[in-house]
Amino acid sequence: MDSLLNPDRPPVFCPGCSHDRSVQVLDRALQKMGLAGSEVVIVSDIGCSGLFDTFFNTHAFHGLHGRALTYAAGIKLAQPGLKVIVTMGDGGLGIGGAHLLAACRRNLDLTLLVLNNFNFGMTGGQFSCTTPENASVSSSFLNTLEKPFDLCHVAAGAGAPFVARSSVYRKNLPELLQEAISFEGFAVVDIWGGCPARYMKKNPLSPKEIESAIEKLPSYEGVVSANVRREYSSHYRQEAGKEKAKVPWKGTEPIFEAAVRERREVVFLGSAGQRVITAGSLLARAALLSGMNVSQKNDYNITVMRGPSVTELILSPRAITYTGVEHPRIIIALADEGVQRCCTLFEKMRKGGRIIQAAGVEIPATAGQILEIDFKAGGIKKKEMALAACSLLARDGDPITAEMLEEALKQTFQGKRLEEARLVLEKAATIPV
Amino acid sequence: MALLFIDGNQAVAMGALYGGCRFFASYPITPASTLLSAMLETLPAAGGIVLQGEDEIASIGYCLGASMAGMKVMTATSGPGLSLYSENISFAIAGEIPIVIVIIMRQGPSTGSATRGADSDVQFMRWGCSGGLPVIVLAPTDVSDCFTLTAHAFNLAEHFRCPVFVASNKEIGMTSQTVDMDRVERPPIINRSFHESGPFQPFRVNPGMDVPSFLPIGGPILVRQTSSTHGPDGYITTDPSEIQAGVERLQRKIEANVESFSYFDLEERKGAQTLIVTYGITAGAARAAANELFEKQNVPVSLLVLKTLWPVPEQVLQSAAEGKERVFVVEMNLGQYIQEVRRVLCNQRVDFFGKMSGQLISPREITEKVLGG
Repeated sequence: MDSLLNPDRPPVFCPGCSHDRSVQVLDRALQKMGLAGSEVVIVSDIGCSGLFDTFFNTHAFHGLHGRALTYAAGIKLAQPGLKVIVTMGDGGLGIGGAHLLAACRRNLDLTLLVLNNFNFGMTGGQFSCTTPENASVSSSFLNTLEKPFDLCHVAAGAGAPFVARSSVYRKNLPELLQEAISFEGFAVVDIWGGCPARYMKKNPLSPKEIESAIEKLPSYEGVVSANVRREYSSHYRQEAGKEKAKVPWKGTEPIFEAAVRERREVVFLGSAGQRVITAGSLLARAALLSGMNVSQKNDYNITVMRGPSVTELILSPRAITYTGVEHPRIIIALADEGVQRCCTLFEKMRKGGRIIQAAGVEIPATAGQILEIDFKAGGIKKKEMALAACSLLARDGDPITAEMLEEALKQTFQGKRLEEARLVLEKAATIPV
Repeated sequence: MALLFIDGNQAVAMGALYGGCRFFASYPITPASTLLSAMLETLPAAGGIVLQGEDEIASIGYCLGASMAGMKVMTATSGPGLSLYSENISFAIAGEIPIVIVIIMRQGPSTGSATRGADSDVQFMRWGCSGGLPVIVLAPTDVSDCFTLTAHAFNLAEHFRCPVFVASNKEIGMTSQTVDMDRVERPPIINRSFHESGPFQPFRVNPGMDVPSFLPIGGPILVRQTSSTHGPDGYITTDPSEIQAGVERLQRKIEANVESFSYFDLEERKGAQTLIVTYGITAGAARAAANELFEKQNVPVSLLVLKTLWPVPEQVLQSAAEGKERVFVVEMNLGQYIQEVRRVLCNQRVDFFGKMSGQLISPREITEKVLGG
């Protein structure tokens, strides 16, 4: 096959730059594989290695520093047949560290070539995440305080199934790159070379010195058998193929007459774990079955199993514009946390309002009529109180009826959960009021 | 009439599916995390891809790659994640990469309150990235808008090849409402315009056009994408006239067309001397307040609900405010969009009411402020 180098845009690296050699080596590997330019995308980031995409007649995506692996993943998932080659330097490697770890764990079929020259060449020779501690670079003494990291060690540790380290000067590097590009999975090649304009000014680094430094490190030559596993893209497609659409396009036709033809604002004041939001949804669904407009707005803290949990419902024969509760008609006070969060609601309740107050919960003064319920004595657990309260509302037929609640339960729960919920309703039916 | 009971985030997911979205990536953050869940219930079964990114930077990066490979893409986050999107939003502007970005706003500043709503990021969406070039921001007021404006957002992103925001709020995204899907507007779908014949240059525009035609990375014709300042060929340019022409085109293609996508509701009442201007979740309270003022107090007040926030629909504002003695801007923050209203209506009295306490602004607060003069 022909060279994929762009004759109109020859490399513009400094004389003696190892990147020049990397460009030639990559071209040779692509030629050996017989790939056309349209079968390859080179994804690059910032710095001298970020010029790579301009030298090749392939698809090209040149993006932000350290983020090349993210663009590459999006491209690969959208175009699974494309050979996706990412080039970055040790700068991009450091700033995009999280993406390297994610790419290793994910095992999408990408090839990452790290053109490792131990410093930031373009910005003035500052130290990078691979600069040796004893090197002399433009970041004064800072690099002597930090340990460089071994890319191959990190990549293998994070799950990359193909990891190799090589000097840019090795004769068999084109074959190694060919192997990496052909590998079906995430392949990382750590290519060591010298930066004559910056790093090598004070840190001599001959091909021989690079080779001997590599020899002192653990050897990585390609497949890491412990990490070999299914490629992400094909695996994703297989798993996604089993998914069933759950989008609820179809609405609910009303099957009941509305229990009340007036606006009702209902608030459950509970604590996390009391399933007040679930109970609110059931009440909403029950009202929906009679063609009412409903809104449900929830309020809770970021803690999951602790703190207040509040759900505010509006049921209305008319469209609901404002979703906040202004004058609650019904308050279900199940826990002090919830009551404290919304204590001003009680004074906003007008005459005719009703409060279901769980025994032991303190509430502020109110114009509403209070019904104190000892749920515990009725055999109702903490997490069942909100549903039991719905049953008490249904007993009065305001704002829903028992039939609506039963139907809402059937539409929401199945199997054991449905049986449990029905049991709660049965227990609630025996509570004296 | 069959009603659906869904929250705003579910409606965004449905609007995205309808709009042609087949790639979604995001990092979980309250109150946008339920949108990730909704997309997981939506896209894989439709042959699409959902990724949970390792962070927000990666999430938007995945989307930009997939968009350039030809897919319609969306990401979602809240204020803290928007900060991390910034550099890639700037890239999407520069590289003309279609993407829908859903921001479910919450109480700021900083980490703020994850579970409390606020319209914290209204200026941030417009000005939060390098270069100062315009973006499109659409603001839903309820579940129905979440569907329709998300579909519009895909159309606009495709048509103009740019990032388009859907600026929702915890109080919309995580509040469930009944909606009659048969009555929800479903705009016709627009796809990006593909290059058809002749030599291809990735950023060349045809005479009289401001948007380059598209080819995907991975097709038979080579495509270049770059975040660097580029000419029509997608290679770096240092020619000042080419650079200037490029950025002016990026500005013009969005700003010159705002009238074609100025979405709003205007409720005019005869004899109204006051115009309330609002957007987002506060529209519901403002609507209730305007109704009450008229029905119970006999005070006619007009109401303008903006659903396109950026670019500022200046003509809509000017025409709605014409002849009004007082314009009253209400928003769920300490005063962000009012800066734009005051700029556009510089010869009129423009008052402000807003708060950012984690609580909705109520109709009563608005009526009191309107009557209080």
